[in-house]
Amino acid sequence: MENKSQPLSPHLQVYRWHISSLLSISHRIVGVINFFCIIFVSSLLIFIQGNNQILQFFSETFFGKFFVISLCWSFSFQILNEIRHLAWDMGYGFDLKVSQITGIATILGSFILAILFYFAGKSFI
Amino acid sequence: MVKFSLPQNSKILKGEFYKDKTGSNNLKKVNVYRWNPSNNQNPRIDTFEVDLNECGPKVLDILFKIKNEIDPTLTFRRSCAHGVCGSCAMNVDGVNTLSCIKSHSDIKGELNIYPLPHLKVIKDLVGDLTTLYKQYESVEPWLKAKAGEKTSTEIKQSQEDRAKLDGYYECILCACCSTSCPSYWWNGDKYLGPAVLLQAYRWINDSRDEERKERLKKVADELKLYRCHTIMNCTNSCPKGLNPAKAISSIKKMLATS
Repeated sequence: MENKSQPLSPHLQVYRWHISSLLSISHRIVGVINFFCIIFVSSLLIFIQGNNQILQFFSETFFGKFFVISLCWSFSFQILNEIRHLAWDMGYGFDLKVSQITGIATILGSFILAILFYFAGKSFI
Repeated sequence: MVKFSLPQNSKILKGEFYKDKTGSNNLKKVNVYRWNPSNNQNPRIDTFEVDLNECGPKVLDILFKIKNEIDPTLTFRRSCAHGVCGSCAMNVDGVNTLSCIKSHSDIKGELNIYPLPHLKVIKDLVGDLTTLYKQYESVEPWLKAKAGEKTSTEIKQSQEDRAKLDGYYECILCACCSTSCPSYWWNGDKYLGPAVLLQAYRWINDSRDEERKERLKKVADELKLYRCHTIMNCTNSCPKGLNPAKAISSIKKMLATS
């Protein structure tokens, strides 16, 4: 059955999202964002050379606050997802129910961890 | 190449609407993907109003009803109608499943039926699975024993070793899992996909097989195996309740520890 005009059946357009597929793609996207954010934060730290005042000023602007809180979340999300993948690599957590629970736990946990990171970081400055 | 959108000739058009003629009060709107190879048109979605009062409980019953009573040109694969043969695999309500064991009462609102995703369509709900079958052949899904004394008699297997195949030998190769996998969509020509890898694992894991090492070596490939990123769509869709993701992970683990 060689027919050049044979259409391709719809895929992304019709396939339903599951927690695990949603987390998989967001894990990748957040990973790329984190990569660039690490470069940005590292260069910033080198640039200010231990001058805390600039840091303090930056963290009090609206953009600074948004940036710091987002970063807290994106790193928490990445870490928890990575732990989930680590368990999978060791052969645990493949059960459908378990993978759904760990998925939800990752999403909820990322927010809790982000808040903890934020306040822990704040008490240091 | 990752291509998220459909090619020009695959864009779906709005099709015909078949209004109910029975005057029933228990109607369901069923949207079905249609494509006819004999006229040079794009695929379309036809909508059928189906009287559920006079219809069996499964999605396949709806398709039969449409074929028998509304449009006899509707094309789909089916054989056993009991979830054993794997012929009627299709995308129902956004998830791949066997239409013969999926109850339509589970689905609220309109029922959407598409062929298995990211396949060349042969007609209507029939997709071309040639690549998948070739890949299946490539893992040599049969028992391999070196010729000699052992092959002249029955090769025995302990109950424990036999139990290791539980959850793997039940696969009916319906292709629900492979065609649900985004990795398989983007790299289907090279990545073996969950169905074939589960089968590969079934033979690697068989105590009677004597070519485990060769089998492992053959499958250990950046593209053939490691395109699996544990998206878990395969396990989510398997109509037999098997776990291809776990099988793939077991192969990876064997390779990492051997």
